[in-house]
Amino acid sequence: MSAKQTIRLTVNGRTYEQTVEVRMTLADFLREELNLTGTHLGCEHGICGACTILFDGEAVRSCLLLAVQAHGANLTTVEGLAQGEELHPLQRAFHENHGLQCGFCTPGFLMTAVALLRETPSPTEAQVREAISGNICRCTGYAPIVQAILQARGGG
Amino acid sequence: MKPAPFEYFAPTDISEALDLLARYSDEAKILAGGQSLMPLMNMRLARPHVLVDINRLTALSHISLGTDGALAIGALTRQRAIERASLVQTHYPLLAAVMPALGHFQIRNRGTIGGSIVHADPAAELPAVCLALEAEFVLRSAVGQRTVKAADFFRTYLTTAIEPVEMLVDVRFPPWQAQWRWGFQEICRREGDFALVGAVAVLQLDDDAMCRAARLTMFGVGGTPVRPQRAEDMLSGQRLDARVLDQLAHVVAAELEPDSDIHASAEYRREVGGVVARRAVAMAIENAGRRNER
Repeated sequence: MSAKQTIRLTVNGRTYEQTVEVRMTLADFLREELNLTGTHLGCEHGICGACTILFDGEAVRSCLLLAVQAHGANLTTVEGLAQGEELHPLQRAFHENHGLQCGFCTPGFLMTAVALLRETPSPTEAQVREAISGNICRCTGYAPIVQAILQARGGG
Repeated sequence: MKPAPFEYFAPTDISEALDLLARYSDEAKILAGGQSLMPLMNMRLARPHVLVDINRLTALSHISLGTDGALAIGALTRQRAIERASLVQTHYPLLAAVMPALGHFQIRNRGTIGGSIVHADPAAELPAVCLALEAEFVLRSAVGQRTVKAADFFRTYLTTAIEPVEMLVDVRFPPWQAQWRWGFQEICRREGDFALVGAVAVLQLDDDAMCRAARLTMFGVGGTPVRPQRAEDMLSGQRLDARVLDQLAHVVAAELEPDSDIHASAEYRREVGGVVARRAVAMAIENAGRRNER
């Protein structure tokens, strides 16, 4: 009701309680309030996919949610993928296949691919291409990204 | 901070939400999946003074099949939940098949059936499917409830029959008929994008491709989805062979009155409209063939 509300949520296994302006997007909250700047913001209207995170296990655009809507939610961002120094299998596959150049879109692609492989552990190339059709990369031409996700099949 | 300031309410029951709409009327916007409203707010093309977030109204998220075969879907049901529901896949195959075309899966995870219908983008698939299936929308306000047919609901670009104090609560599809065959085709620049032009065909077909009744809905060709009457009339009572399909493409192209915009010219939409209509009908015939093989 007021301009500010207190929310409690879990991000990458850690619980936070924070007071936020109701008009703050979830993406801005992650980046500016929690300093989780791995979630990138490209277009901020749901086209580019760079801000993709997992919201209660489902891939969503964090720029199209308000932080207050994440009250009680369990989120995973790109920072939650690696176990200490040990890269997530998808991160390793992106690294080995040159699935990134400038890296700006990478967090969104990784979170999208995590969601894909959870639901479809052995996707075909066509399924991979369809799954990443909502993420834009301006460097790679997508081929190495598709290759990386195919390599990580079953290992995610 | 991108969106302009607003007052935020997240009611936990429907009557509370309706009271807020009654109080704030056109100052308020309903936030459901947010996949259309949030971009508009981020770009400040929309600056509602009051936001009524209905995501806690879990009573509005349900899929049920009546004893007569009618399908009722709560307005807040996520698009992804609809495509995953075996009830929909089995009893309403067209609806399940169209869902993946609505948007990328990250969008469908949040986007709701009600949001897509009420937003009424003329290039959106769901309004066209609702028109083809002669769906009805249950609108509720603090003082009452009414039901509006899809044919009376979509008025023009992003404009529907819904009043500022009303909320769409339920989408009702009449029972799917066993003899119906369906086809769905659209042209998009990228998988999951809004269509430039699209077509939904629902045909009552005999075994020998004789068409008893036809419903054809075109979208992306004007302010609302439309059913080209002459094209529908032309299909009824005909055996749908290649000659009829070619003729259909011409009839549809002549009947459409699309506008030009940044995405496509009117001329393109007319011509391609004819092509996707033909493809949708061909797909319906093919679906029928596949059914008969079993």
